Amino acid sequence: MNAIATAPAAPAAAASQKNALEVRNLNFFYGKFQGLKNVTMDVAERKVTAFIGPSGCGKSTLLRTLNRMYSLYPGQRAEGEINFYGQNILDPKQDLNLLRARIGMVFQKPTPFPMTIYDNISFGVKLYEDLGKSDMDDRVEWALTKAALWNEVKDKLGQNGMSLSGGQQQRLCIARSVAVKPSILLLDEPTSALDPISTGKVEELVHELKSDYTIAIVTHNMQQAARCSDYTAYMYLGELIEFGATEQIFFKPTKTETEDYITGRFG
Amino acid sequence: MGDKHLSSQFDAELSSISTHVLEMGGLVESQLHQSTYALVNMSLETAQQVLQTEIRINQMEVDIDHAIISTIGRRQPTARDLRFLMAISRITQNLERAGDEVARIARMVKSIIESGSPRSLPVSELRLASDLAGELLRKTLDSFARLDTAMALTIMKDDNAIDVEYDGFLRKLITYMMEDPRTISPSLDLLFLAKSLERVGDHAKNIAEQIIFVVKGADVRHTPMAQVESVVK
Repeated sequence: MNAIATAPAAPAAAASQKNALEVRNLNFFYGKFQGLKNVTMDVAERKVTAFIGPSGCGKSTLLRTLNRMYSLYPGQRAEGEINFYGQNILDPKQDLNLLRARIGMVFQKPTPFPMTIYDNISFGVKLYEDLGKSDMDDRVEWALTKAALWNEVKDKLGQNGMSLSGGQQQRLCIARSVAVKPSILLLDEPTSALDPISTGKVEELVHELKSDYTIAIVTHNMQQAARCSDYTAYMYLGELIEFGATEQIFFKPTKTETEDYITGRFG
Repeated sequence: MGDKHLSSQFDAELSSISTHVLEMGGLVESQLHQSTYALVNMSLETAQQVLQTEIRINQMEVDIDHAIISTIGRRQPTARDLRFLMAISRITQNLERAGDEVARIARMVKSIIESGSPRSLPVSELRLASDLAGELLRKTLDSFARLDTAMALTIMKDDNAIDVEYDGFLRKLITYMMEDPRTISPSLDLLFLAKSLERVGDHAKNIAEQIIFVVKGADVRHTPMAQVESVVK
């Protein structure tokens, strides 16, 4: 009768949809504090999955488990399973460098390396691949083009990456992640430090990148989640409260908690 | 809308829009009574008043639409707030059209009187139909004020009853006209008046559908009654 009722509740519901990540019974601990509680969800391949929720709800924590970023910090541990094309990310034997090359991450504040624009891109590539000068040039151009930055920087590749504007720096970081040809991009509030024009460019970029990459984005900006994502997960106090097609979440969420949050009501 | 937003200004905007819709609906309801009075009593003065007030109703539709656009633009509402504002836009459109139907009745009364030979129409059945339509409109506004979907469902069923009444009335008129061609002219007047009242019922039903849309998030336009019932349950 109405499309809303039949919309997939989660990526798995769509039969032809492949999952890039399958999170199962994930619990996360900062020492004794439990940051994630029994999270189970699928991240669909070549789709944008957005995580929303109030500060401290665990959305960034969840993102950080997806490429084991937390392993850099002693006392933080994850239990459960995150299946990434057949391998468990949480497996202690997992090669973290390789994992992070396949699952790239971009942070809230742009973090260009204090080196030239060219080197910002080539630095990561050199860790994994041995490319000649011409191939590397091609790769740098390709990555900067993917990140919709090439036209703005092609004449100043020798300039320091820090000299770019905030929005350009963030796109440089995205180009840097893309350069090593990952399969998943994790974006942790990628536009919260950017002005609306730069935000628009990054959002446009997200839309273009999803034809090649699986994207998971954490955002405080609900309209951004509504605009850019195919699926939206609402989290609260470490729990995944509701997860479904973005259109369904923003038009007719099934949980009152989700509705209260997205409509800006008191919980 | 029950609970509160973090922004009390947002609450105030939604509540002000609601109040204006109810005010507009109340005005259409009173117009219906007035035009029926004008018809039964062949009162030119009352018919003219109805036509005057119609202008106000049209303006209210425009004003409410403006408030909706402004709220959508500034607040980017989601979920039930979004459904609420979308529904209000359709509700005011239906109220305005119900107002048009009522004004049409007044306009006919006026032209019958001004034709110089005010016929005495056998309007008792129309009076009944007008009462039914008025009652339906009042229930619709109540149901909107309380966002009461069970009541909205009964309105949709009641409208079907009005449609059945109208069909019966139509058959009766055809019989009159066939029996005595002299009744054709007044019968046609009656037919148009009855059609307007039947349309008021249709608009009430459309509004009831929007109430279900706000609360349940399901679009029940052009949906069989059994399915609507399962949505409301």
